[in-house]
Amino acid sequence: MSVAAGTTLSEAVSKELLGRYGVPIADERLTDNADDAVAAAGALGYPVVAKLCGDAIAHKTERGLVRLNLGDPAAVRAAADELLAAATPDDGAVQVLVAPMVKGSRELIAGLNDDPQFGMTVMLGVGGILAEAVADVSIRLVPIERIDAEDMIDDLATQSLLGPFRGEPAVDRDALVAVLLGLSAAAVAEPSIKSADLNPLIVVEGRPIAVDALVEVRS
Amino acid sequence: MATPEQFRALFEPKGVVVAGASSHPGKFGFVALHNILAAGYAGPVFATNREAIEVLGIQSVPDVSDIPDGAADLVFVCTPASTNPDLLRAAAAKGITAAFIASAGYGEAGEAGKQAQDDLVALADELGMIIVGPNGQGLISTPVSLCAQIVAPYPPAGRIGIVSQSGNFVSSFMNYAIASGVGISRAVSAGNAAQVGVADFLEFYAEDPATDVALAYVEGVPDGRSFYERLRGVCEKIPVVLVKGGATAGGARAAASHTGSLATDDRVFDGMCRQAGAVRAATIEEAYEVAATFATQPLPTGPRAMVVSTAGGWGVVTADAIHASDLELMAMPDGLRDELDTMLPPRWSRNNPVDLAGGETKDTIPEVLATTARWPDVDAIVFLGMGIQGNVARMERDGPFFPDHGLDRIVAYHERQEARFAATAAELSRELGKPILTATELATAMPENAAVRGVIDSGKYCYPSSNRAVAALEHLWAYSRWRQRRGL
Repeated sequence: MSVAAGTTLSEAVSKELLGRYGVPIADERLTDNADDAVAAAGALGYPVVAKLCGDAIAHKTERGLVRLNLGDPAAVRAAADELLAAATPDDGAVQVLVAPMVKGSRELIAGLNDDPQFGMTVMLGVGGILAEAVADVSIRLVPIERIDAEDMIDDLATQSLLGPFRGEPAVDRDALVAVLLGLSAAAVAEPSIKSADLNPLIVVEGRPIAVDALVEVRS
Repeated sequence: MATPEQFRALFEPKGVVVAGASSHPGKFGFVALHNILAAGYAGPVFATNREAIEVLGIQSVPDVSDIPDGAADLVFVCTPASTNPDLLRAAAAKGITAAFIASAGYGEAGEAGKQAQDDLVALADELGMIIVGPNGQGLISTPVSLCAQIVAPYPPAGRIGIVSQSGNFVSSFMNYAIASGVGISRAVSAGNAAQVGVADFLEFYAEDPATDVALAYVEGVPDGRSFYERLRGVCEKIPVVLVKGGATAGGARAAASHTGSLATDDRVFDGMCRQAGAVRAATIEEAYEVAATFATQPLPTGPRAMVVSTAGGWGVVTADAIHASDLELMAMPDGLRDELDTMLPPRWSRNNPVDLAGGETKDTIPEVLATTARWPDVDAIVFLGMGIQGNVARMERDGPFFPDHGLDRIVAYHERQEARFAATAAELSRELGKPILTATELATAMPENAAVRGVIDSGKYCYPSSNRAVAALEHLWAYSRWRQRRGL
């Protein structure tokens, strides 16, 4: 898959790209119509989420293009029909992405950013709806080593969030290190990447899983 | 790229020329000459002045070309910008390889100034000269008693190498050096940093036998990626303490007008420092304090800290500070508790902090300190046993009854004890390779007190509060850990 064209990549392409470098992505299917979406949901197991996916779609949540917690085939069918109907000509080619409804009470964010003075950086932060207010993030310059990734995790002020939490096990630090090393490796191997956002990175049974991804490439 | 030989000419010149010397005591050309002579630089000092007047006992000459060949290798330039290209050519012809340019009217002064600055750098490169500045306030080098600067003061000699993008912070750091007694090896105001900048000086300090720790004030780094890589290389050799101006949006606007520095995402700068192994201080006084700690204490090999205190409350707040840090308030080892039990009355805390609870006799404090420091699991000590006796002595010495009623003897005893406690802490630290930090508010409240004098005379830094001692120790551990984890 080429990352040369366009400014942002679709969610599915973004995930495929970062997944190649070890970023854990929820198992998911791209479908072209409601029938395929229902079949995919059956294969993945309920409940699922459905999202409209396309290269030009960067702000799905704001546009209401994400449907969560779909519990049966009828709900999936209705959601797929509505999402496809909501596409505008500006969106270009679109598909419906079906993924398992990932649940965890902790959300992190991670990503890549091109700093005007220091070049490509990798970021880890506390996610969720209070993320901006909490502003608990750690940044390093790409490339990072394992030690740097471990230090980034230690840097977060909200360490209690990384231990055992609300009946869920402690965050698997090695798995989180792998996310950060994967982002760094992707930035090194694909110089066309301008930024990447894994938001949210939901902690499921201690393991971080990217349920959304957006990669921006240099035009 | 400046060479080691050029840095030697800058910091250990065989002779110095002040270009643009003045007989007017308000002019830079007078002050620079005055400061060089006053600080006792031992090499020959020359001065140029168009009228060839005598200044401060030095017979000046009209032009650098009138100076004997090979007699000097540093020129301190106070002449107008327009005359400097000819000056540099004449200086180079005399064998001068280093110039500190105090003159203004360069990059800070609009487009024409920028052009003049670029031209000056190109000329210096062609002549094989290192030029520092322009628009800088000078440099000091205590190994050769050189005070080639237009600001004061001249600091005590020590092991801290300083580079600053603000000349007046060089002055601030030197004030801290005088106040604390922990001195400086070299210091330089980078001015507009036209040819050599912060990273160049850090790299010099990393190789400089006179310097153990580098301290830098920065507002901006023009080539961030290269700065990071060079900083990291320096941190592998010596600790670097950075303090950055312009960390907030408001400060960044001020920095843009001061040094023309671009706004930086502070989170990125912070991460860059951590990755490079540099210690980032939040304030100027913390920066000096941490640098002074690196200069006077061994690195801790682990985070386990003990508190030794002669007063309960001191120990309690210090325990709080350690708990909130990356250090570990270590659990009192049973064996150590048993040993201390034999030295102290039963009311002592029997825990960490070690609170002597007023149970000490003449030798108790040195013995408890030594026993605790020697305990193998102990990585560092915050020592709060100082000041009470010195404070009593001070009041008695200044009171109306001194020296009668036996006060002369007890005052002398108290003062001897304070000096002894400080000396013991310093000796144990050196012998065991473990940091032992001494804190008392007398460091600022009453710096002439015997306790504070004792710490300064022992070659250590006296922390004005235990919180600040803990903050400094935490930075030492962060750097030590950074080295350990990278196999350094």
